[in-house]
Amino acid sequence: MIEFHLDARSGVSPYLQIVHQVRHALRLGLLSEGDQLPTVKQVVARLAINPNTVLKAYKELEHAGLVASRPGIGTFVTTTLSDASLASHGALRQDLERWLAKARLAGLDDESIEALFGDVFRSAAQRGVA
Amino acid sequence: MTAVLRASGLGKRYGRNWALSDCTISVPAGQVVGLVGPNGAGKTTLLHLAAGLLAPTSGTIEVLGGRPLDGPAQLRRVGFVAQETPVYAGLSVADHLRLGVWLNPGWDNDLAERRIEQLSLDPKQKAGKLSGGQRAQLALTLAIAKRPQLLLLDEPIASLDPLARREFLQGLMVVVAEQGVSVVLSSHLVGDLERVCDYLIVLVASRIQVAGEIDQLLASHHRLIGPRRDPGRMPANQEIIQASHTDRQSTLLVRTDEPIIDPSWAVEQVSLEDLVLAYMGRTADADRRPALSEVRS
Repeated sequence: MIEFHLDARSGVSPYLQIVHQVRHALRLGLLSEGDQLPTVKQVVARLAINPNTVLKAYKELEHAGLVASRPGIGTFVTTTLSDASLASHGALRQDLERWLAKARLAGLDDESIEALFGDVFRSAAQRGVA
Repeated sequence: MTAVLRASGLGKRYGRNWALSDCTISVPAGQVVGLVGPNGAGKTTLLHLAAGLLAPTSGTIEVLGGRPLDGPAQLRRVGFVAQETPVYAGLSVADHLRLGVWLNPGWDNDLAERRIEQLSLDPKQKAGKLSGGQRAQLALTLAIAKRPQLLLLDEPIASLDPLARREFLQGLMVVVAEQGVSVVLSSHLVGDLERVCDYLIVLVASRIQVAGEIDQLLASHHRLIGPRRDPGRMPANQEIIQASHTDRQSTLLVRTDEPIIDPSWAVEQVSLEDLVLAYMGRTADADRRPALSEVRS
């Protein structure tokens, strides 16, 4: 079982923070197929957040095919992410290297590239794309 | 789904002063509603009208589809905790539960006793000897044990220390998760409510400034930063909530459901606190000076 925590200053909505933490735990192998997520009641009792926030996060994870809810019992992990995602690292790295080369060609220095990446990353996370 | 709270042209006047005016709103069921506004904005008046403790001067209010002043059957469906979470200082915790049994037909004493035990409250303790946090928890327990469909809480955590606040909200959220009760709670600090609410009503100077689901409010408000611009020349679908200008730059907080396409603006997300403060500032400005003025810095 994992425990969630919230960073009030991150600017990322609580439901997305929960989604990210489950994905992160899956990626690191802290959660794997068959593991149970904390129940909605356990999460709200710990974090003092709205139950709908937890439900929304779990629904999104279910929609992404990562977990499944068994009514009256709880929500369970249905997949193991770590191996599957590792396989795609190579292609993603190539994409990113190509993008970096393009940015340098356009005259961006290290600081501008970091700022631009951080900015796009944060706004995408806030919109719920990432 | 019926509205838990529906008001139309609702107003309450004391003498010549309107404590609440022209309040029209419909709040869907199953939500935790935050009622935010500065002290004296009319939050308590609105809650008292909903609880049936006050009669409206004008307009109508419906709670769970009924009139708040309709009598005992209506009162049974609503739990109300007044400001400062009052309890009877001379009565013990157990006495309070006994009172609850006598006074409430639908009283769930198992629930009340279970909660008192979970909170590690001593049933023999006089309520006057409890800490602020414990007193608030006792008041909440009494309100929940009558098994209401709607809980009205007036500034329940204002006087509590941070730990007691957290514990109170944890308890409240567990109740919401277990019983699916709708909640309206007021606070003058939006930060207190941000995590627990999914719906927000901003009440300033006796009027509702904005109300809606928090996700939608956050999605429809943006901060625009760009070269100095005359606010009068903004697109019609962008309502300006707050504007400040320097000689070269304009910073606007706008409400719109359309995407911002003008490339000269840098568009930023607005935090819930900034959003609420912008609406509060708007009324303060309107009171002080009728025309939109500029702030130079």
